[in-house]
Amino acid sequence: MNIDKIIYGVFIIAAITFLTRLIPFLFFRIRKPPQIINFFSDYMPPVVMAVLVVYCMKDIKWADSPYGIPEITAVILTAVLHLRFRNPLISILGGTALYMFLIQSEIFSKIL
Amino acid sequence: MYFKMLKKNSPFRIALQATVPVLLGYSVIGIAFGLLVKNAGLPWYIAPLMSIFIYAGAMQFIAISLFIADTSLAEIAVMTMLMNMRHIVYGLSLIKRFQFSKRYNWYLIFGLTDETYGLLTTISEPQEESRKVFYLYVTALNHLYWITGAVAGTFLGSLGSFNTRGVDFALTALFIVLMIEQYRNCRNKIPFLIALVCSVSGLVLIGPKSMLPAALAGSAILLLLFKKRIQTDEHR
Repeated sequence: MNIDKIIYGVFIIAAITFLTRLIPFLFFRIRKPPQIINFFSDYMPPVVMAVLVVYCMKDIKWADSPYGIPEITAVILTAVLHLRFRNPLISILGGTALYMFLIQSEIFSKIL
Repeated sequence: MYFKMLKKNSPFRIALQATVPVLLGYSVIGIAFGLLVKNAGLPWYIAPLMSIFIYAGAMQFIAISLFIADTSLAEIAVMTMLMNMRHIVYGLSLIKRFQFSKRYNWYLIFGLTDETYGLLTTISEPQEESRKVFYLYVTALNHLYWITGAVAGTFLGSLGSFNTRGVDFALTALFIVLMIEQYRNCRNKIPFLIALVCSVSGLVLIGPKSMLPAALAGSAILLLLFKKRIQTDEHR
């Protein structure tokens, strides 16, 4: 692919990405948002967060060693830390540190 | 509430502390992106160019593989649209919040990544008058982390002595924390059940690559179907 075409490609992707982010705001600038928008504002954020959590685990290979155990362990630690301390930095740094240790030491791959 | 202890600080400091997990995640994924651009044999400036103007993580990675495969511009356009459909859903749920910040609206909308969306919808904002600057700081800081990571990645052949493998788990952890906070604030648990069913079946039926738009569209439809049920629970 030549460099001109790549640069065109970059700007096409940029324009479409911005457009998908802009459409709802543009659409409801001319008319009043209907009642249903309130419903979506309340219930879409929790749905999106839950979907993204599953999405983050999409590449885990459950059938091969270490069977997703490092990921699941770190997910549980993150959740437990957060339920216990309710401090996002403790939960996120704790979970991430444990995950890094587990996959860099390959501890589960060695055992299983 | 989320980050209660930070409330005494200025909007910039709250934003700075709220975006620390994104700093970890974005700089590492940004560096990975920069390395990918370099390994694909593309000139170094493509990495910051994409990170400045596209600013969409998953899409930028896909774009590199499309460029390598010499995909036509029309196909690239369709792929971008499919991949980013979810932003329409994000926007729909932010219409009310962004009215507070008319001056910065264009930039806030441009910078609406998954992570920024998560922070803006979960953190209980400071006072109304400082809310728009807070939104701006969160969006701009995240954007800055992303660009810096991409540039660093193109210049660093390797990261030297410190092994960063697995640090991108910070983004997974961020979404877990945000989900728990949403779960606490939301009196109705049906949306979580819907999200779980849709994302797991999306993953199994459609596969990891395109599960995200499908799961979100499915969830939105199910939310509508159960709208009455959810709203009656709410008023009980």
